[in-house]
This record gives sequence, structure tokens and C-alpha cells, in this order.
Amino acid sequence: MEKEKWLFNISPKNNTFNLNLKEVWQYRDLLMLFVKRDVITLYKQTILGPLWYLIQPLFTSVIFTLVFNNVAGIKTGGIPPFLFNLAGITTWNYFKECLVATSDTFKKNEQIFGKVYFPRIIMPMSIVVSSLLKFAIQLFILICFYLYYVFYTNSGIRPSEFLFLFPVLIVFMGMLGLGLGMIISSMVTKYRDLTFLVSFGIQLLMYISLVVIPLSLFQKKGVEWLVMYNPMGYIIEMARFLLLNEGNISKFGIAYTVIFSVLCLLFGTVIFNKTEKTFIDTI
Amino acid sequence: MMKQQDVILKVENVSKQYRLGVVGTGTISHDFNRLLAKVTGKEDPYLKIGESNDRSTKGTSEYVWALKDINFEVKRGEILGIIGKNGAGKSTLLKILSKVTGPTTGCIKYNGRIASLLEVGTGFHPEMTGRENIFLNGAILGMTKKEISRKLDEIIEFSGCERYVDTPVKRYSSGMKVRLAFAVAAFLEPDILVVDEVLAVGDAEFQKKAIGKMQDISSQAGRTVLFVSHDMGAIQNLCTKCILLESGKVVLEDNTNKVISFYLKNKITKNNNYEFFKGNLFLKSFKIFNKNKNIVDLVLFDSPLVFKVVIGSKKEILNDFIFEIKIKSDKENILSTFSTYLNKYKFHSNGGFSRELTCEIDSVSLIPGKYYIDLIIVKYMEDGKLSSLSDVANFNVIESNNFIFSNKIKPVYHGNFIMKYNWK
Repeated sequence: MEKEKWLFNISPKNNTFNLNLKEVWQYRDLLMLFVKRDVITLYKQTILGPLWYLIQPLFTSVIFTLVFNNVAGIKTGGIPPFLFNLAGITTWNYFKECLVATSDTFKKNEQIFGKVYFPRIIMPMSIVVSSLLKFAIQLFILICFYLYYVFYTNSGIRPSEFLFLFPVLIVFMGMLGLGLGMIISSMVTKYRDLTFLVSFGIQLLMYISLVVIPLSLFQKKGVEWLVMYNPMGYIIEMARFLLLNEGNISKFGIAYTVIFSVLCLLFGTVIFNKTEKTFIDTI
Repeated sequence: MMKQQDVILKVENVSKQYRLGVVGTGTISHDFNRLLAKVTGKEDPYLKIGESNDRSTKGTSEYVWALKDINFEVKRGEILGIIGKNGAGKSTLLKILSKVTGPTTGCIKYNGRIASLLEVGTGFHPEMTGRENIFLNGAILGMTKKEISRKLDEIIEFSGCERYVDTPVKRYSSGMKVRLAFAVAAFLEPDILVVDEVLAVGDAEFQKKAIGKMQDISSQAGRTVLFVSHDMGAIQNLCTKCILLESGKVVLEDNTNKVISFYLKNKITKNNNYEFFKGNLFLKSFKIFNKNKNIVDLVLFDSPLVFKVVIGSKKEILNDFIFEIKIKSDKENILSTFSTYLNKYKFHSNGGFSRELTCEIDSVSLIPGKYYIDLIIVKYMEDGKLSSLSDVANFNVIESNNFIFSNKIKPVYHGNFIMKYNWK
């Protein structure tokens, strides 16, 4: 009897490690269309449009420079403090954007998810890709200031010869943000209060991610352990190394970041896939 | 070949449990107990409890079964109707079929691609143009960009929104949005199409177009459709087979006519608490029969129709009443009245506490559509004191073979009635 042969099956349990990558691939067009939607609608809701993405890092950098470098007297090596801060904040913003935007995937898309099926992971993935646009806008302003410092001041800054590795760094940052975001979004469906923790936690995390305070200062004060296990710390430090040729990179730091990001993404995907089946009942 | 007859979808013992009340407190402890049971290899402690899902009675358990042991099969090319009262579990079943949520127990096996249409225009973004939204919506429903590009012209033509296709959707009227969205869905090519009551929106012409499209999908392309609706007219028109759900269980699975008449019989007899004159008189039942004496809510155009009313009373019913049945095209416009006064019918009392009245109509001349019924009782002797009940029932007139009705027939052009006539 051929009759009992079925191509598909819907059942309560699914294999934890079945990541359905084939299905995700089938829906790749949807991924790109979501990205397109985000890009098209990005400017349409604000008066200043893309200017907001310039204003935010600029003002933050100015304030940080005034407070941390001028008032508190933090030394940034041979790098102008403003450029040091702007590079850190620009890089950090991409991670923050990925994490915050993906962490409420389920809650924000309840309406769509409740009506139609597609691999849910498409949604956070599209966010990570479309956040690249905002990142590019902010990177542009960074490059403008960078060129200013290179040509009009004699600070002697130059990029590292490994600058071509910068995109790789962004990929790992995206993976980390996506992985953490998916873990949080899965937990938010059950425990709502986590959303408060995210907005508050990400602010605290910034201070121990070497965005404003350089690693050398942590080492000098003997509180290196604060940043040792934070992969974002390494990522920001590496970004600054590639862009400004300043900072110290350890083999341990690179290995730790790569392993942490990959594991985070894997774990995030598994827990996300597990949640997508029944979240609509609990949200 | 067995091609036409093979089973394409099989639902086996599917159940779905929901937790009632405030979700939040206690979930961690419940989760912990579940985990403990899982680790020690025992059955989930919360799967044993749970009550059947009856909305009106308050249960004791905080878990209910929205669906309980659902079993059925659908053959290739079949259109299966799913009917039942609100809360019977229809939508839950569709959600499980379309993979929006998983079943608690049981499984569904199928051959082919399932596409679901629980809502039209899912994911439409108001800032994007019609064309952009066609692509986005199509991709959400599972089409690839290439497929959509290929069908784009057809989709735009079917929607009838050609002029607005490069305008942002936020400028569309709600009707246009629905048209565009349905057009996208209509050109999906799944093996199994799951449709919720999306047809409830849109005008009559559009509904007809949509139903026609679904018929085409099943008859020409041999695709399977699962269709949920409260509109018995649409179900009757479209479905070959029906299942009736009640409190999360399949009560009846049979051909469409049998299931519908079973469902309507039960539905009407349950609504017996309508009161006139603050309860001095009350409506015991109101039924609509066709010429074969079957209870219906569908009537063929140009065929006989019988209304049967049973009025009850707390004391003996007197003779001095005028009784009227009014037919409305929507909630407002009265189209016609059947009055005991107008044709001088004597409202005889039989001395008892209830009185049955039958009104026979030789031939229904209303054009196809949905109609509502009001009942009115006037106390003749007490200065015409009047008491009325609105919307006690509704029925659909559907087209018959004797007359050509296309979707061009509209009350605005042709009026509400087509009287019997002959050309010489």
C-alpha cells in the first residue's frame, strides 16, 4: 500500500535540532521583500527622515567626549577622543539595533504570525539585514569625520592593514545580535517583564563594552574581569583596531568572540524554532 | 488511475488545549512540573485535566479543550466546508492546519503545499504601493518573486485596481484593499487551500467573484479547499462535503445538504427566548421550510417558501392580534410584509397557551441575496399597541435554473423583486 506515504506532517513535537534551513531558503524572496519594505518605509514616517540616524550618534559622541574625556579625563591613546567615541558608538549602534529590534519579534508581529505561516526566523533575519542600511548611514558620517581628521589635523591616524576584515566583524556582530535577540524574543512571549530588562540592560552593557572607556583603563584599574567575558567588548575593540589602528587584540579575544557568536546564534535558532509553534497561544 | 480519489489530507486525533484566565501567575511552576514529568518520563500532568469547550457554562478547570480528538480525511479536489457556532473550534482547527499554532496532541498528514487565507491582506503596508504590496503579500503567502512577477498582470486585472496600482495602499478604500488582497491569494497555486471567512468583506459582486474563483481552483486545477463560513449560502454553493463542529468535536460529517439542515434545525430550536410585550407573549420558534418541507435558510428564486411561527403565552391567547412578518434587505429597508391584517386573515385562538401560524408563499420573487426577518404583533383592541422583534431569522435567496442571474443583477439597477412574467 502506497497510501500511508505522506510528504508532510504536522505534529505537536518537532526535532529540536531540525533547523529547517531548506524551508528558510525557499522563503529567501520573502526575506528580501521584508528588507525592501523596511528600506522603503524607513523615511516615510519621520520629518527629518534619515537625518535622525546622523543626529543620534553625533550628539551622543559629543556628550560622551565632553563628559568622559574632558570632565572625567579619560585618555584615549593617540586617537582624538571624539573620533574614538564616534567609532565605538557607530559600531555599538548596529549591535544594539539588531538586538533591540529582534528581541520583540514575536510581540510586534503577532498580527501577521497569527494569520499565516512562514518560517518565523525570516523576520529577525530581515531586521538584521535592513539594520545594515542604518549602519551604513552612520558609517558614512564616521568616514566623513575620519577623513577630516586624516587630512586636516596632524593626529597621524590611519587604518590598520587588516581593514578589509571589517565586514567579517559586522557579520559576527549581526550573528551575536540576532542570536541574543531571538533568545530574548522567545522568552518575552512568556515573561513580558523581560522587555524592560532589555532596554535597561543594553544601556548598562554599553559601559562594559569598551564603547567609551578604553580597555587600557580597565586594565590599569585592575577590573579587567568586567570586560573579559563580554564578546561585544572584543568586537568594539577590534573595530577600533581595524579603523584606527589602535587597541590590543588577543588571540583569545578573537576565538572567544567567534565561538560565542556561533553558539549564541545556534542556541537562539533552536529556542526560537521551539517557540514559534505555540507562542500564539501564550502571547 | 486513483488520482481523483486519493486522500490528500488526513487529520488524526487532533486535540488542542488552552489555558483559561490570566496567563502569567503560576506559569513558571506549571512549566517546572511539566519539565519534571518530561525528565522522569511521565505523561504531562496538565494534559489529563481539561473540559470540553462550552462557552456558556463556567467550568472548574483552568484548562479547556478547544478541539478534542478530531478525525477526518479530505480527498484531492474536494471542497470541504467546516461549520459550527462561534467558539466551536473552527478557527482553532484552521490555525492548526495552517501551522500558525501547533496541536497539543495528534497529527495531520498531507501531501502537497498548504496555503492559508485566514485573513486577506496580511502584512499589507500602508506606505507601500499596490504593486509593492502584491509582492510582499504574495511572498508571505508562500510564492516566490518569480511566480509573482509571472502572474502580476493577471493579479492586477483580477483585482480591478489597475489605476491605483502605483498608489500607496493607505489611499485605497477598504473595498479596494480587499480586492487587491484577494486577487493575490486567488493566484496562489497550493495543493490545499485553507480559507476562513474572508468573504464576509467586500460587496456582493465581489463575493460572487471570489466564490467562483474558488470553484475554479478546485474543479479545474484539481486543488483541495477547506472552507470555514457562517454563510450557509456560500457553503451550499461551494462545498461538496461538510463537517459540523460543536464544542471542539466533530458532530457530523456528511454531504453538505444533510449537515446544513442538521445544523440549522439545532440552531433554531435553541433560540426560543424571544419575548413580546415584556414576556406576556413570546416566540417559541420560527422556521423556514422549502417546498420539500425541509428546514432551510436557503431558498431558490421562484420556488415556494413557508414560514412557520409558534407564539407562546403565559395566559390564554386571545383573538385580537395582528401578526406580521417583515422582510428586510439589510438591517434597515423593509421590502415586504406578510400581515394577517392585510389579507383579512382571522387570527383564531385555539384556546391554548400556544398558537402556530403558517404563512405560505407560492413563489419567492426576491432577487438572490441575503434577507432578514422582523416579527411584529399589534394588539388590535388596545389602541394598536405594538411589539416587535428584529432579526429573528435570516435566509438567502439563491439563483434557480429558470432565470439567468449574473453578478450584474443589483438592486440599484433591477430593484429587489423580479415578478413572474411572460413575453408574447
